[in-house]
Amino acid sequence: MSISAYARGSLTGLSACLLLVCSACATRTPTAAATGAPQVGGAPLPVLRREDVLWLERVTFGLDSTTVADYQRLGRERFLAAQLHAVDRPLPAPIAATIAAMEVTHIDSQATLADVAARNKALGALPEGADRELARKTLGDHGNELAYEAIRRDLLRAVYSESQLQEQMIWFWLNHFSVYQHKANVRWVIGDYEERAIRPHALGSFKDLVLATLEHPAMLQYLDNQQNAAGHVNENYARELMELHTLGVGGGYSQGDVQQLALVLTGVGINTGEPPRLKPELRPLYRRHGAFEFNPARHDFSAKILFGVPVRGQGFAEVENAVALIVAQPACARFIARELATYFVSDNPPPALVARMARTFQQSNGDIAAVLHTLFTAREFDASLGGKFKDPMRFVVSSVRFAYDGRAISNVKPMLNWLNSLGEAPYGRQTPDGYPMTELNWASSGQLSRRFEIARAIGSGNAGLFDAEQGTTAGAAGFPQLSNRLYFEAVEPFLLAKTRDALGRANSQQEWNTFLLSSPEFSYE
Amino acid sequence: MNRRHLLQALGAAALGGGQIGRLYAAPTSGPRFLLVFLRGGYDSTNLLIPYSSSYYYEARPNIAVPRPDTASSTGALALDADWALAPAVRDTIGALYLQKQAAFVPFVGTEDLTRSHFETQDSIELGQPLSGSRNYRSGFLGRLADTLAGSRPAASIAFTDAMPLAFAGTSTVPNLSLKNVGKPAFDERQARILSDMYGGHHLEGAVTNGLELRHDVAQEFADEMRAANRDAINTKGFELEAERMAMLMRDKYRIGFIDVGGWDTHVGEGAAQGSLPTNLASLGRGLQTFSQTLGSAWQDTVVVVLSEFGRTFRENGNRGTDHGHGTVYWVLGGAIKGGVIAGEQQVVSRATLFQDRDYPVLNDYRGVLGGLFRSLWGMSSAQSAAVFPQRAPVDLKLV
Repeated sequence: MSISAYARGSLTGLSACLLLVCSACATRTPTAAATGAPQVGGAPLPVLRREDVLWLERVTFGLDSTTVADYQRLGRERFLAAQLHAVDRPLPAPIAATIAAMEVTHIDSQATLADVAARNKALGALPEGADRELARKTLGDHGNELAYEAIRRDLLRAVYSESQLQEQMIWFWLNHFSVYQHKANVRWVIGDYEERAIRPHALGSFKDLVLATLEHPAMLQYLDNQQNAAGHVNENYARELMELHTLGVGGGYSQGDVQQLALVLTGVGINTGEPPRLKPELRPLYRRHGAFEFNPARHDFSAKILFGVPVRGQGFAEVENAVALIVAQPACARFIARELATYFVSDNPPPALVARMARTFQQSNGDIAAVLHTLFTAREFDASLGGKFKDPMRFVVSSVRFAYDGRAISNVKPMLNWLNSLGEAPYGRQTPDGYPMTELNWASSGQLSRRFEIARAIGSGNAGLFDAEQGTTAGAAGFPQLSNRLYFEAVEPFLLAKTRDALGRANSQQEWNTFLLSSPEFSYE
Repeated sequence: MNRRHLLQALGAAALGGGQIGRLYAAPTSGPRFLLVFLRGGYDSTNLLIPYSSSYYYEARPNIAVPRPDTASSTGALALDADWALAPAVRDTIGALYLQKQAAFVPFVGTEDLTRSHFETQDSIELGQPLSGSRNYRSGFLGRLADTLAGSRPAASIAFTDAMPLAFAGTSTVPNLSLKNVGKPAFDERQARILSDMYGGHHLEGAVTNGLELRHDVAQEFADEMRAANRDAINTKGFELEAERMAMLMRDKYRIGFIDVGGWDTHVGEGAAQGSLPTNLASLGRGLQTFSQTLGSAWQDTVVVVLSEFGRTFRENGNRGTDHGHGTVYWVLGGAIKGGVIAGEQQVVSRATLFQDRDYPVLNDYRGVLGGLFRSLWGMSSAQSAAVFPQRAPVDLKLV
């Protein structure tokens, strides 16, 4: 890899090669030009302390110059307020243009699934043979392309959005309400799931978020509730809704509650075609928007009891009441608080912090931004800085943010490949529990080796990030220069002795990059 | 000399500076153990079919596997008067059973009643008593490896991308998925610098082990990689993985772990054919390949296939099954006393279902595994208690 990176470089001849090797072999000492405080409007900005850098790394997907300058300009409090409330800020022009050109940006679930159904029907009418196989493959390829576009959009926003906390929360909720793209027709609608079910609520009301996922065709397909009907009960979603989405496994529900909730959820499904013919008395209970449908003819109207509370048979209102009942349980506040604290604070979050966050959750009716404010302003949060191991998504996104510092990449496939190979494929978790968020699950010997290999891929060349893909043109780039201004300002002052020593033993800039991205300082935030 | 050749020469010189320390190589004899974890709760009722139970056929109108027929060589294989084996594994696991190299333990599992995949997988891998708080840094395979390390070293490995909870608590066990193997990314000098950078860090052991294992595996599979370059590899998927596992366990490791997913069949699982049989067939072929690749080492190898729970005895409204309780474990090995259905059993009928829903657990998994381990390694009662605290080993007389 490093050999081919050299071969692509502009240097020719033995002496130039040796010169490069030698000039990069020692850790550089900061120069006045590199460390001079950045200036905005003439006033010098405050010098970054270690706790500022670590705080910023945790609240965002990693450092880049824009984020650092924002933080220096606004100060911690106003920076946090802006991250919690001002969302969906405009993206850099080339990134916005790439996203605007994507098909996934212009479609919705209803139209997409209706199209899939129509094409499947047309397929079925063809005789067995090459034409049918081709049509089947064309259809499947289209689904894969839409899924890739959704992932591409997610990754571009994660790297380039200034609403960094919002993007982290979108990742968090997509993982919390995890769906698997390779089940049923889920891959056709993950873009819509992210855009319309998760994004609008990522910093909003938790109850709205639960209902938005409950009604989305991605979830309805993934956890089988579209098949859940009176007389054909499927309890898969009912169980995971309580165990994984709201209450947690010790959250005080019983097998009986699972079965009762499954009955409440009968009739909640998908329809992309004609509405059903209903008896007159059922018609007022019919609900539909987008691909979501509540079909009262498939609903079990018997009286139910959930957590000892009677639920009268009354159609979809039962579902809304049940969700309200579930998210109002103290167990739900505790569970969500603990999940958030595990992701943002520590693998074993301090119980007192979780309790305060849970209190905020209950007092604010599940206002996610309010709970996060409690978290990020807690002294336990400050005390935890530097101790959280980055999961693969944080590692990959922070590497690209740091290496290319705002410069628009043309191709995200390498990032997707790295996430796949580190075991955190987007929309690729087969089981509904989402990816784990603790070091124990990401820092095994095999995973660390893989991480170093990816550090090498990023540090040794452009790694394909500047190749053209749909809607972009190729950009020219060699290996990144990680010993840049951002490095001298925010990284170099805080390096450990062993890391400095390793960097000093590097034989080339590429190797130096590799060691820096492999260092403990880069994997912990 | 052009630049490329120079750099290659420099690289070769760097490599000559001594080898990275080899991982411990196991002695050529002594027991080996592989745990195969089927994640998702496989439908054991359609693997080991209770064909003498008329209730089985009533409860599964769409997905029951037809009764064995002695005239058929492709249907379910009758193992005795009550149980038959799924057609999907007839030629693989069924063949091992007929050679007394396979046995099944029905009505086995855990007392955990959450029927949650994740909760139950965790509790099984931890292998701790359910009463009391969980220690997530102590899995039963980790305790087994540590316990055996005192007398006979037991080099262990997880053939997975992430370290399974079963090995929690041991810092020296490496993990590496064998789905894809390739050349190591770092030469010896680079590997040493990376290890040094983590010197004194709590990840130092994992960093060093991981880099060494990459190097070792590349050597182990050098022949295979050469064959692959000539397109001479004819196995793929789980079979190829199983073949590679067998090579590593034959030469280097005594305790191994692998997990296989895709068993959560809530919808359309199929009867004699379909998604479950397809998964079972692949698993069966892989394990057969594993046994064959081990060669003579198969004689002192035991494989246990398990899953977090069984599934509902009745099919659900979508020709699938939901989360259940008791399940069926498989025990395979070249020298086991197989060809039997082992452990406590009872008649399969509606009246004997647990909570009118699924199989009861008559054989506690900790007792069953503890009994196998005791026989395999001749463990003392103190060693047994270290692996599975508060659960006496149960001797099913399979080993």
